[in-house]
Amino acid sequence: MFRNQYDTDVTTWSPAGRLFQVEYAMEAVKQGSAAVGLRSKTHVVLATVNKAASDLSSHQRKIFKIDDHVGVAIAGLTADGRVLSRYLRNECINHSFVYESPLPVGRLVVRLADKAQVCTQRSWKRPYGVGLLVAGLDEQGAHLYYNCPSGNYFEYQAFAIGSRSQAAKTFLERRFDKLDDYSAEQLVKDALFAIKETLQGEKLTASICTVAILGVGDAFRVIPESAVQQLVDALDDAQPRADEPDDEPDDALPAEQPEEDRPPHPDEAAAPAPMDI
Amino acid sequence: MGSRFNPYDNNGGTCVAIAGVDYCVVAADMRMSTGYNILTRNYSKICQLAEKSILASSGFQADVKALQKNLSARHLIYQHQHNKQMSCPAMAQLLSNTLYYKRFFPYYAFNVLGGLDSEGKGCVFTYDAVGSYERVGYSAQGTGSSLIIPVLDNQLKSPSPLLLPAKDAVTPLSEGEAIDLVKDVFASATERDIYTGDQLEVVVMNASGIRREYVSLRKD
Repeated sequence: MFRNQYDTDVTTWSPAGRLFQVEYAMEAVKQGSAAVGLRSKTHVVLATVNKAASDLSSHQRKIFKIDDHVGVAIAGLTADGRVLSRYLRNECINHSFVYESPLPVGRLVVRLADKAQVCTQRSWKRPYGVGLLVAGLDEQGAHLYYNCPSGNYFEYQAFAIGSRSQAAKTFLERRFDKLDDYSAEQLVKDALFAIKETLQGEKLTASICTVAILGVGDAFRVIPESAVQQLVDALDDAQPRADEPDDEPDDALPAEQPEEDRPPHPDEAAAPAPMDI
Repeated sequence: MGSRFNPYDNNGGTCVAIAGVDYCVVAADMRMSTGYNILTRNYSKICQLAEKSILASSGFQADVKALQKNLSARHLIYQHQHNKQMSCPAMAQLLSNTLYYKRFFPYYAFNVLGGLDSEGKGCVFTYDAVGSYERVGYSAQGTGSSLIIPVLDNQLKSPSPLLLPAKDAVTPLSEGEAIDLVKDVFASATERDIYTGDQLEVVVMNASGIRREYVSLRKD
């Protein structure tokens, strides 16, 4: 994506009918460290890679409990993610207060999407620079949604966002049609494997990732680090899966990119920009 | 001729709480009345707001319900922000602020908050309708309170809460003795207070957790 004369304002269209500022916001999501989500009929698992800004600092929190039946994982500007999480929590609390029942996740994501859309149509605002994987329950069962800075949202069986997410997506594409019948444990294992894919050779330990699970009758909770480490160890001991992970260089091959060429991003090896983790 | 809409009603009932060395007993009758009629014999006035805080409120139950919901929602927000449960003294202050917020259209609720403080000692806070509160060793609120308090003053062997400086008035009685006393005072209050009776709900909180007990009271 190159600079051009139509990208200063979010309220300026390009001749090709694009809003560059919105697309730049989506870039911020792609630069953030990875987050994956998978769901079965009854459970949803979220997992994130937590990068610390330096060895001295703590890891960024990228998974937030919104309510007993909803949780989110974010990628991109984590500050924006925090603020949106507060909004989501508020919406859930207000709904529970009035209706004495949990806000169905499908309605929650619409409100979030509408909130994001507003920022794409006001000259004095900027789009939120964060993508959210929203895991939640409604009367039908478990759902996973992806909310975009553009104001779009989609429901997914499994999805991955953030840097090197293409590797995880490729892995998930091979098994998404079986996920519906997975048990909770299998979902967690696959989520960890997907996260491992995004690390591309770097060692997966419980200290650099966070895993959370929620399901029908199972309130949202972050799995404790010790339990995650056990699962990670089990993953390492297990036989490599029959389907091999691809070694395609992500972000250089733009499957989701529009017509323009993109220069390969220097983010893989370099430190993350100050705002984005 | 000149009878304005009255936004309040008194649903009657009595609430009691007693703080012990390592436990807290909160009890309330289960009768809900209006005027001289009984609406139900099976209504709980007790609400657990947090892990270590139990609220019992008599008065206008619609206001009580709204107050309980309000506090529960505020507690949820607190948990999201602080990643932990509210302590009982913190909840006590929140309740006071919430009540005073409606100083000029009050919650018609007479509250007694019981629980364990951060040291595991029993604590009881007693309130008026607009949020004035005090930590005490024991308290009663509601239609039967004036029948119960003198008996507790006499039987609990606590230092008098009317002394100054305010002494830590936790009762030296054991948990079982305190519960028996609560059952006795409610039986007595039921005799003379028409709004108290039917059933007694006793909630006991200690280090092992919370348990609930129901005791039958006179139904007349």
